[in-house]
Amino acid sequence: MSKIAITSEGPGLDDLMDPRFGRAAGFVVVDLETMSTGYIDNGQSQIMAQGAGIQAAQLIARAGVTCLLTGYVGPKAFQALSAAGIGIGQNLEGLTVREAVERFRNGSVQMATGPNREAGR
Amino acid sequence: MIVSVASGKGGTGKTTVAASLATIWDRPLVAVDLDVEEPNLHLFLHPEIEGGETGHMEVPVVDELRCTFCCACSDLCQFKAIAVMGKLVLTFPEMCHGCGGCIAVCPEKALSPGKRELGEMSWGRAGAADFLMGRLRIGEAMSPPFMRMVKSKLAEMIAASARDAIVDAPPGVSCPAVTAVMDSDVIVLVTEPTPFGFYDFQLAWEAFVPLGKPMGAVINRAGLGNDDIYRFCGDKGLPVLVEIPFDRAIAEAYSRGRVIAEISQQLKETFVSLQGKIRELAERCDAGEAVHA
Repeated sequence: MSKIAITSEGPGLDDLMDPRFGRAAGFVVVDLETMSTGYIDNGQSQIMAQGAGIQAAQLIARAGVTCLLTGYVGPKAFQALSAAGIGIGQNLEGLTVREAVERFRNGSVQMATGPNREAGR
Repeated sequence: MIVSVASGKGGTGKTTVAASLATIWDRPLVAVDLDVEEPNLHLFLHPEIEGGETGHMEVPVVDELRCTFCCACSDLCQFKAIAVMGKLVLTFPEMCHGCGGCIAVCPEKALSPGKRELGEMSWGRAGAADFLMGRLRIGEAMSPPFMRMVKSKLAEMIAASARDAIVDAPPGVSCPAVTAVMDSDVIVLVTEPTPFGFYDFQLAWEAFVPLGKPMGAVINRAGLGNDDIYRFCGDKGLPVLVEIPFDRAIAEAYSRGRVIAEISQQLKETFVSLQGKIRELAERCDAGEAVHA
């Protein structure tokens, strides 16, 4: 129940966050209890003409995460994430994955109530 | 014979040429506006509309009571128009390409065909010619499926009584433009001798050559710019069919919604000559001569 996903440019806690959601390089999945990490590669999204956000939402939902930390989420991805009951912390940029997790743990990431980007961006 | 009037660059004179050809054409004809994203041929031909039909695309509708969340549909869909999120199936109808694959693959028969409106087709008479046009629904992103419906209607009209067709195609060189010209017998490329006109003309030539259709160029606003286009046509063996002069009187007539073949004897003769050259192109191709090898 305590797994979160962070959009990332690489597989580790010290990699930089990727501000994009659907077309992020990948997702670092962090277990908040043990701080153990896993990585979901999202390279496939780069070749999709459309629907990258929906596919990314499916990928992280299958990994059993309850919360996503990222930069921007479009309307379709927002709808898909909400349907899966995944909380969205957005507008995070220029941080490492570790810094984002720390912000989340100390309660300074607000959960989004709507998308912050147009479709297809 | 189906003649498509196409271009790379927009605003080079496709509709001007299509409307003029439709007006002087001396055989039974249907004038077709396939620029469904922004149809304007009717503004020049003033058709009396006699009938119409709404075009739809098949999109999936989910029966949530039957769905077992097996993901067969979402795994198949290349466009992410259907997604299983936990115990919810989401559909994104605007992303659906209407292939029907999800409905076919569902083992529980939980999906059935619904409809997304694509646009309005209408037809009627414009002077001596028949008229057919499509108008894409505002907000609809995919024009080729709707264009195919307009083309089926055209095929139906031609089957009912044999006649030629002049097709006003959309600009550009992507799917809509290719969809418009791909089953025509002759492609007329309308261009202008400006740098933008020349650049897009080359793209259009490259895009349409693989279709193996007889092609020719109409140079509009002749007298502007330089002779790059003429040289390109010479190198590629692409005939310049006619030239339309860069003339204020033509622009004025156009802006008043007039068909330019009707404003002077000289312009009328230009389009009568174009009609003859289009027929020659088609016949030469029928005789088996290689096109643009």
